[in-house]
Amino acid sequence: MSGHSVTEPSNRQKWISGLLVITYAVITIMPLLWIIATGFKSPEDAISYPPKVVFEPSVEGYVNLFTARTRVTPSMEETLPPPDTWYEQIARESGTVIVGPSRYGQRFLNSVIIGFGSTFLSIFFGTLAAYAFSRFRVPIKDDLLFFILSTRMMPPIAVAIPIFLMFRQLGLNDTHLGMILLYTAVNLSLSVWLLKGFIDEIPLEYEEAALIDGYTRFQAFYKVVLPQAATGIASTAIFCLIFAWNEYAFAVLLTSGTAQTAPPFIPTIIGVGGKDWPAVAAGATLFLIPVMIFTILLRKHLLRGITFGAVRK
Amino acid sequence: MAQIIIKNLRKDFGDFTAVKASSFTIEDGEFFMLLGPSGCGKTTTLRMIAGLEFPTSGEIYIDGEEVSKKRASQRDIAFVFQMFALYPHMNVRQNISYPLKSQGMPKAQIKAKVAEVARVLGIEDILSKPVGGLSGGDRQRVALGRAIVREPKAFMMDEPLGALDAEFREHMSKELRALHDRIGATTVYVTHDQLEAMQMGDKIVVMNHGSVEQFGVPQQIYDWPATMFVAEFIGSPSMNFLHFNGEVAKGDTQVSFNDQSFDIPEQLQAATGDLAFGVRPEHVSLDETNPYKGEVSAVEYLGTTQIVTIDSANGVLKARVSSAQAVSVGQNVGLAFNPRTISIFDTSSGMALLSEANKGVLDHG
Repeated sequence: MSGHSVTEPSNRQKWISGLLVITYAVITIMPLLWIIATGFKSPEDAISYPPKVVFEPSVEGYVNLFTARTRVTPSMEETLPPPDTWYEQIARESGTVIVGPSRYGQRFLNSVIIGFGSTFLSIFFGTLAAYAFSRFRVPIKDDLLFFILSTRMMPPIAVAIPIFLMFRQLGLNDTHLGMILLYTAVNLSLSVWLLKGFIDEIPLEYEEAALIDGYTRFQAFYKVVLPQAATGIASTAIFCLIFAWNEYAFAVLLTSGTAQTAPPFIPTIIGVGGKDWPAVAAGATLFLIPVMIFTILLRKHLLRGITFGAVRK
Repeated sequence: MAQIIIKNLRKDFGDFTAVKASSFTIEDGEFFMLLGPSGCGKTTTLRMIAGLEFPTSGEIYIDGEEVSKKRASQRDIAFVFQMFALYPHMNVRQNISYPLKSQGMPKAQIKAKVAEVARVLGIEDILSKPVGGLSGGDRQRVALGRAIVREPKAFMMDEPLGALDAEFREHMSKELRALHDRIGATTVYVTHDQLEAMQMGDKIVVMNHGSVEQFGVPQQIYDWPATMFVAEFIGSPSMNFLHFNGEVAKGDTQVSFNDQSFDIPEQLQAATGDLAFGVRPEHVSLDETNPYKGEVSAVEYLGTTQIVTIDSANGVLKARVSSAQAVSVGQNVGLAFNPRTISIFDTSSGMALLSEANKGVLDHG
C-alpha cells in the first residue's frame, strides 16, 4: 500500500477544477480565435474600435495574402476589362488589381523544408547519440552530456553574429541547408537529452535477446530499440518541429530571399496598400496548420511521452 | 548439444571483481545449476558463457571451440531472461520466429517449426496474441519457445522462474525439467534458490563472492559441503556448527569438546585451533540418556516434523525430529549426532577437513 490514499474527488472539487481548466483554456485560446477571426474580417473591421465581434466575413485577407496587387485610380479601372475570377473581383472592390502571386506560398514551402528537414536530422542524430550515451561506456560521458546541455543555457541568438559571419564565409547564408544545419544544431541538445531518457527506460534485455537470437548490434537497435522508443521519438520530434517552425530571430538575420521562412515574411505583408491586418492574420492562421496536424497525428505519443516513466507498466 | 568448459574465467568491472578464476565443466545434456546468493557472480558467469559480457581473462569452450572473444550471435546459444524480454511490439508467433528469421530460414519452414514448438509447449491457441496481455506462465512458455525453436547448442536461463508466483513456480519447474529431459540439450540455469537447484539440477555449482565454492551433484553437495558457506547456504534449516577449540589428527575417528567425545568419519587431514563440528538438523536426535545436554529454546511445528532450537555449550543448533516426539520449550535434552554424516571445518579457512567419508566428493575439486 502506498503512503497516501487516493480518494474520489468530491463534486465541489470537480466543479472547481473544471472551472479552472476552462478558464485557462479560454485565456490561451482567445488570441488564437482572435487571429483566426481577423483573417476573415475586412481591413476596416479589423481595426475598428470598439473591436467587432460580429462581422461580415470576407476572404479579402486571404486574397491579399496570396496575391501581389497594385493600386489603380477609378478612372484607370474603367479602362480595364471586367474581372474574370472571383479573387480578381474582390481585389477590384478595394481599388486594386492583381499583378501576380505573392511570395507567401514559396516562403511557406521554405518553412516546411527547413522545419521538417531539421526535425528529421535532430531526431536522426539525437537517437544515435542518445543510444550510444545510454548503452555504451563512453569516456567522459557525463562531461560530454553536460557540454551538450550547456549549449542550451544561453539564448541561441547570443551567437547570431559569429554564426552570421561563419555562414557568409561558408556560403550558407540564405540557403535551406544552412538553416537546416542551424536549427539541427540548436535542437540536438534537447533531442539527445530527451531521447536518452526514453532509451534509458527500455530494458537492456530486449536488445540482448536480439543479440542472442543472432542479430547484430545495429539490427538490434533498429528492429528492437527503435520501435520501443517510438513514443519518445514522436514527442521529441514535436518539440523540435515547434522550435524550428516558429524560430524568428535567426531567420530574419540569415535569410532574405530563397530560403526565407514564413515567420520573417509574414510581417512584411504589412505595407502593401496600408496596414493589411487581415492578410497578416490569414498568413499566421495558415502557418499554424502544419504543426497542428503534426501534433494531432502524434498526440497519442505526446501524452504518453510527457508522462513517460510516471506509471509502471 | 554441447559440452561447455569454463577455465579460469575472470571478470572485472573497474575495481570490482565480479568473477575470479572460476573453472568447471558442464557435460553434454546436463541440467546445470549456478547457485549462490545475489552478487556472487553467477549471472555474470552465465552472461559470459552466452557472450553478453566479455571475460577479462580465461577461456570458454563450447563444443570444443574457444568462444570467449566471439559475439553472442555467433555462439549459437539461447538465453531465457528473468523478465522474459519478449519483444513487446511483436505477437507470440513473431517472437518465437524471430531467431529463425535472422538465419534467413524460408517462411514455410519457419511456420512449421513455430507450429511444432507451440505444440510441444501447449501454446498453439495464443500464437496470434500480443505478448502484452499474457499471463506469467504463458510469457514463460513463449520465452522458452523462442529459445528452443532454433535448436541451439545450449540454453542459458537466468532465474527464469523468479518472476512467477510461488504456486506456479512449482508447476513450471517440473515443466522445465521435463522439457529438458525431452530435448536433452545442455542447460545452464542460474538461481539463488537452493531448493530449486537441488530439485532440478543434475549438477550444481555453488558460487560466493565471485568464486566457485563447490561443484558436484546435489546430494554430494548437501551431504559433504566443501566449505562452511556451502553448508550454511544449502539446506533449510542450514547445517549446525558446534564451535570448539581443539584438534583432530590424521586417522582420528573421534573428536572431543566440552568433555565429550563424538564419533566422526575417519579424518585424513589434521588441524588444530578453532574448529566447527558440522551436523545437519536431521542427523541430530534428542535423547534423554545422552550426556551432551542442551536447553530447548523454541519449537516450530511443520506437520510431519518439527524444528527444535537448542542452546548448547557450543552454540545454538537446530534439530529436525518427528512431530510425534514430545518436546517443550525450557526442557533440558540430551543430544546425539549420527556419526556417518559429520563434517569438521577449520573455522579460520572455512574449509571442510578431508575425511574418509567426503574424500570422494572433495578430491575432484
